[in-house]
Amino acid sequence: YTAGGSSGAAKVVAAGLLTVGGGVGGTILYAKWDHKFRAAVENNVPYSDWLLGLALGPAYQGDIMKQVRMDSQHVWVIIADCFEKITGSEFLPHSEASAEASHIISAISEISTVPAPCDTESAVKEECKECQHHADPAVVAPHTELPLRERPVEEVAARLAQQDQKEQDTLSSVSASLEECLASSAKATLQAIGAQEAAVQAITQHIHKLKEAMEAEVPPPEKSSQWKDLEAALADRTSAVNDAETALLKAKEALDSLKSEIDKSKGLKVSAVRPLVLAAEENLHNMVVDLDRVVTKLQSAESESKIVSQYSDLVNEAKLQFQREVSSLTPEIQANWKGLTGKLSADDLNALIAHAHRRIDQLNRELAEQRVREQIHIDASLEQQKLEDQKALEKAVLTAVQHIKEDTRLEQERKLSELREVMEAEMRTQLRRQAAAHTDHVQDVLKVQEQELRADVLGSKLLEQETSYRQLSQEQLDNFTLDMNTAYARLKGMEEAIDSHVVAEEEARKAHQLWLSVEALNYSLKMADADSPTMPLESAAQAVRDSCHDNDFALALATALPEESLQRGVYSEASLRARFNALRALVRRVALVDETHNSLYQYFLSYLQAALLFEAKQEAPPGQLCSEDLDPFRLLSYASFCLEHGDLELAAKLVNQLRGEARRVVEDWLTEARLTLETRQVVSLLSAYANAVGLGTTQAP
Amino acid sequence: MSEKELGKKWDRCLADGAIKFGTGLGLGIVFSVLFFKRHTWPISLCSGAGLGMAFSNCQNDLRSSYLLHRSQKVGLCNKTHSN
Repeated sequence: YTAGGSSGAAKVVAAGLLTVGGGVGGTILYAKWDHKFRAAVENNVPYSDWLLGLALGPAYQGDIMKQVRMDSQHVWVIIADCFEKITGSEFLPHSEASAEASHIISAISEISTVPAPCDTESAVKEECKECQHHADPAVVAPHTELPLRERPVEEVAARLAQQDQKEQDTLSSVSASLEECLASSAKATLQAIGAQEAAVQAITQHIHKLKEAMEAEVPPPEKSSQWKDLEAALADRTSAVNDAETALLKAKEALDSLKSEIDKSKGLKVSAVRPLVLAAEENLHNMVVDLDRVVTKLQSAESESKIVSQYSDLVNEAKLQFQREVSSLTPEIQANWKGLTGKLSADDLNALIAHAHRRIDQLNRELAEQRVREQIHIDASLEQQKLEDQKALEKAVLTAVQHIKEDTRLEQERKLSELREVMEAEMRTQLRRQAAAHTDHVQDVLKVQEQELRADVLGSKLLEQETSYRQLSQEQLDNFTLDMNTAYARLKGMEEAIDSHVVAEEEARKAHQLWLSVEALNYSLKMADADSPTMPLESAAQAVRDSCHDNDFALALATALPEESLQRGVYSEASLRARFNALRALVRRVALVDETHNSLYQYFLSYLQAALLFEAKQEAPPGQLCSEDLDPFRLLSYASFCLEHGDLELAAKLVNQLRGEARRVVEDWLTEARLTLETRQVVSLLSAYANAVGLGTTQAP
Repeated sequence: MSEKELGKKWDRCLADGAIKFGTGLGLGIVFSVLFFKRHTWPISLCSGAGLGMAFSNCQNDLRSSYLLHRSQKVGLCNKTHSN
């Protein structure tokens, strides 16, 4: 049924497509997983690489080697860097002049540094030793091949430049920090000074007001305002004093930090920093001095105010006492007694006057007492004052001494730095001079030595003897060389003669061998039965080939033998002759048959002709054939004649002139005759050649 | 050997001729007896036919070396032919 058939066909087609799709998909997946498989598929299936590239992307390229190379380069770079850093960082910064000096020395001589009396030079040497110690482990640590040899000039210059750079950096950083500190401390100090001045002002104001309040006789309402002013002044004073104290503390702090900064920068031991340090120290000193001055002023003001306050206290106390007494006497009278003149009675007045008298008496007595004790009090107060003065003096002296010490120290440092510079310059010039002197000396010594040598060699008899000796020895040498050359030439000649003899003998032997093999070939050629061909000439030909494998001519001849003769052998002349005789009758019978005349009737006519025509059995062929001679019967008689006389070649040539059916009939005979002729020719050539070679190799007696 | 070829051809000719003649004769005799009321002309006809055939065969055989076979005939082809 066609429907079933078509569904069957559809099933087959579907199954086929499924199989192909599955195969392709499976191949792609497996190629994705296994790269060798992918490579194999790409090699064997023509367009698979395109398909796989489309599906999976390009194949994995092995660039591990590249990564390894890059990593190894990295490692070397890192090692080189570390080495540089280690050797560079151990060099502590030098002073500029000493760096120049060491540069000069290393440039001239082989030694790295020379110990010098200056302490900076010794410091340099110490530092060099230190860094050499550090450089040695650094050399060992990265396991590199670099030995520690003298650094070249460029390297030294680079190092020094690096150090200068570092110095510059530290200098700038230190100066920046110092300036900052100075600025801050100056500000603080000024603030402190200002605060102190303000405090002094406030104190004096307060004192003045107090004094006023004490002694002025003003009416009561103004008095209370005065007291209020006084209180305000007191408050001002206390606040001003506190401010001054805090400002002082701050200034002291700033100065301390400045001092520490100065000490730190002194600790760096960079000389370029020194003037900065000096200037900073001077500034510090000035600020300290100012601060101290102001503090002393404040203290004096404070002491004065203390006195005044004491006085005011005493006055207040006396007033209070008097008031108490007055109130005890006249209790009903109020405190403000000055304004009560009209209100008092006579008794009160009397009592008051009596009290007043009594008080006066008391006071007189006290006064007398005081006058008596005055001197003692004065002495005591003088003593006290002396003590206080002494204390103040001591303190002032101490601070002054400190300041002077500081001044002198700064002066000393300044002078020291100047001196150092001068000495560095001097050292440099001395070294230069020394180097120049050294080169001059070396030049002189060399000149002197050269002259001595020349004098020695030129001026004495040794030279003559030397020359004669040289001449004689040269003569001897020449003679010897000559003898050697002749002997060598003779030896060479003898060797060549022997070699040529050997060669000639070898050649003769070979020629003999060739001749023998050719003779064998010749003999085998002659040995043939009547009707069968000779034995195959292969072995004899091989023998010939073997005996002449280095001779191109003979080899060419040996290979020119026809194949048939080698495999089957050739017919002898006699057999060919016999065969021809048999052939002749046949040729006669088909003489008239050719390409155009070849019907049976023609055959009959040809047979008739052969029966009726008679020609000579043998006839000598002419030197040249004319058209008449091309008649088959004549040709046959010529050929017979030639064969009878042993001339196979001419016979073959004549037979070759036959045409038509006659020719077809003699074809085989002709081929055989040709073979035989060829072989005979080659063999005769070979034998002639062998003879010639043999003759050529015979030595003349 | 090329000289023996002619002899072989003659042998074939003769054999062929003999066979054909004999067959013709036989057939002639048969026909003459069966169909032609023992006339002699079928006999001579058939035998003659036989001989004729033999002659023709012999001639062809002798000529065969001079005939060009179809495969040997070479014609000039035009270049316009598509190869």
